[in-house]
Amino acid sequence: MESKSTKYILGIVGILLGLLWLSPFYLMLVNAFKSKKEIFMGVLGLPEAWSFDNFVEAFIDLNFVNSLWNSVLITVVSVLIIILFSSMAGYALSRNKSKVSAAVLMLFVAAMLIPFQSVMIPLVSLFGQADMLNQAGLIFMYLGFGSSLSIFLYHGAMTGVSVSLDEAALIDGANKFQTFWHIIFPLLKPISVTVAILNIIWIWNDYLLPSLILSEESATIPLKMFYFFGQYTKQWHLALAGLTIAIIPVIVAYFFAQKQIIEGVSEGAVK
Amino acid sequence: MRNRDVSFWLFLTPVLLGLGLVVIVPLIYGTYYSFTDWNGLSANEFVGFDHYVRLFQDQAFLSSIWFTIKFAFVTVILLNIIGLGLALLVTQKLKTSNLLRTIFFMPNMIGGLILGFIWQFIFISVFSDIGEALGIEALQGWLSTTNTGFWGLVILTLWQMSGYIMIIYIAYLQNIPGELIEAAKIDGASSWQRFKSITFPLVAPAFTVSLFLTLSNSFKIYDQNLSLTNGGPYESTQMVAMEIVKTAFSANEMAYGQAKAVVFFFIVAAIALTQVYYNKKREVDL
Repeated sequence: MESKSTKYILGIVGILLGLLWLSPFYLMLVNAFKSKKEIFMGVLGLPEAWSFDNFVEAFIDLNFVNSLWNSVLITVVSVLIIILFSSMAGYALSRNKSKVSAAVLMLFVAAMLIPFQSVMIPLVSLFGQADMLNQAGLIFMYLGFGSSLSIFLYHGAMTGVSVSLDEAALIDGANKFQTFWHIIFPLLKPISVTVAILNIIWIWNDYLLPSLILSEESATIPLKMFYFFGQYTKQWHLALAGLTIAIIPVIVAYFFAQKQIIEGVSEGAVK
Repeated sequence: MRNRDVSFWLFLTPVLLGLGLVVIVPLIYGTYYSFTDWNGLSANEFVGFDHYVRLFQDQAFLSSIWFTIKFAFVTVILLNIIGLGLALLVTQKLKTSNLLRTIFFMPNMIGGLILGFIWQFIFISVFSDIGEALGIEALQGWLSTTNTGFWGLVILTLWQMSGYIMIIYIAYLQNIPGELIEAAKIDGASSWQRFKSITFPLVAPAFTVSLFLTLSNSFKIYDQNLSLTNGGPYESTQMVAMEIVKTAFSANEMAYGQAKAVVFFFIVAAIALTQVYYNKKREVDL
């Protein structure tokens, strides 16, 4: 019996669970507005006054414009490079039906089994000796770690792109790269969106790798947040304001692109 | 494109360079160095299995593995129950379904480091305030004991990851043909019978996917561990990944840290290979 009342109860359960899920954000936000003394008095209620003082102080101390720029730079450049090179590789691997090609694909798939922590120590040492512990080195590392899943997704998507398109372009005198860039790549747009989303979420939030590579001036948001939080232990009003500022760009992006994000994540996880 | 075509290899060069220099070469070097007295720059002496013998007697390392296994066991079970529950809830065509799906998935968008800091505030300040108001002694002093640190990490992970597992279950639930459910309804099957005989068997593959995903993720967790408990009190909530980072970059024992990293690699690879084997077997069974 799926009566109206069952649906009604489920609706209420849903709302309660939704509120429970949101409560950490609520607690962060209301306490970010409070003074140190007010937090001491109680953390559950609303602040006496909606003062932005904590946010201003945290914004300045976080050097937020700078760390935001560092995060955007690293993420955007890394993701563009991953998309360009992984799609090229996925295309080449799917158009070549030889054993060598299958073995190369297998190599990338197998590399997904290697956890970051098992290579990080020699990685940092080798790149350190090559004087590459900087933003360029980090971006190159993201290509190395990010290309496997991306190639796998592009290779899968290529099965839907007919070879006759390549042949037609070749007859028209296009070279291999022109064929790929002007004919094939535009057709891969849906999977490119997925690849972009998966890599953006990962790289934007990554802490451990940049913490081993970047200096404080080029710190990304998570890195800066770590230094900042260490400075403000026991000063929750400022720490929470800083956390709120750090989260805002992500939440805004999520609300604008949530449909694509959830679809992309679903695709990446299930494949 | 043929193998002999220069273009085939040109298209692959950037990613092969990336994978080679960032993953393959360090893996090979690292494994070799784990048998030497490597200090991060140079290795002078071959020490054989010394590091490996030592790590199996290293209490800090062994207890971090044990802590991680307990954590993985508890989170894998709870994540799958909650994830499936949320997925069933938001696929009931409620008015709030889309909104709820958005909310449940939201924590997943934010980095583990930041989430850990938020929850540190909740466990320390909010829990103690609620405990005081309601007179519940158990809500005091969270994260200051091994036990509350453990459950703190579990709760944080459940809040962060349930939405992700929900998405995986939704993908499979939506593939169940509506006619199947309708036919069972007409035949008089109760909602429990329908769940048990139709829904559950058809989402079973999602369970395999989520099981292995959450299992290997539990082993790789670092950020949440760092920001929530930083391994404390007295390194009793330190997980494997953090133990390796500390051995290498705080204690500066590079070769020894790498030996731990190699053991870690075998654990995570074993989980992944079990999944591959299991999937193959299931495909054959079908």
